[in-house]
Amino acid sequence: MSRNIERERDFDNEDEGVPERRPQGGGGRGGGRGRMRRRKVCRFCVDKVDLIDFKDVKLLQNFIPERGKILPRRISGVCTAHQRMLTEAIKRARNIALLPYTAD
Amino acid sequence: MAEKRVYEVVFIVDPDTQEEEMTKLTQNLSTVVTDQGGTITRNEVLGRRQLAYRIGRKNEGVYVIFEVEGTGGEIAELERRMRVNDAIMRYMTVRVDEDRQRAEKLKARRQRKAAKRPGFAAAAAGGGSAPARGGDDSEA
Repeated sequence: MSRNIERERDFDNEDEGVPERRPQGGGGRGGGRGRMRRRKVCRFCVDKVDLIDFKDVKLLQNFIPERGKILPRRISGVCTAHQRMLTEAIKRARNIALLPYTAD
Repeated sequence: MAEKRVYEVVFIVDPDTQEEEMTKLTQNLSTVVTDQGGTITRNEVLGRRQLAYRIGRKNEGVYVIFEVEGTGGEIAELERRMRVNDAIMRYMTVRVDEDRQRAEKLKARRQRKAAKRPGFAAAAAGGGSAPARGGDDSEA
């Protein structure tokens, strides 16, 4: 029961950019295995970004590694909502040759 | 129909066009918009820039941004003109009013939430939300 409440709070806090502990690997069951990982926080939530502009090449470039692909959330730690905005912006930037579709 | 929409039109002009032709071109395009009943709220030449990939054997281009307010008809005409024009290497129109509205809403909601929870707001404003985290830091 108490776990439920905690989860709810966790979710509620998410859009305010407050890092809260997420139950580690399957609700804290196998806590002893694997290495300790730092909980990633969405940097857009922290900066309270509501809109990601496709013209902001400097910002977008942080999310395209050498190959030119879009960096997945699981690596960057960006939240779902912001990742959606980010992909949209990157795709728009690609369209007008601000960012590459591919890079070799 | 009567609603006002805001569009952002970005286009890339061939870097080999002369200065005077550039101004003539942008003027032409803006009159297209105004003739159709739209208004240009922003008209900015971002300048010459290296392209991320080659377009028509060119490695760079001159970026221009229009911000157009209107109903959508003028965009159709503007895009038609740009498509025909050889000096324009690429163009893209993005409707921005909805996204901006959503951003405003999010901002308003955030402020409302901060006002509703004065303790939380104070913590967030003061120590970078460190007190809210408590002992969770030890995990990292």
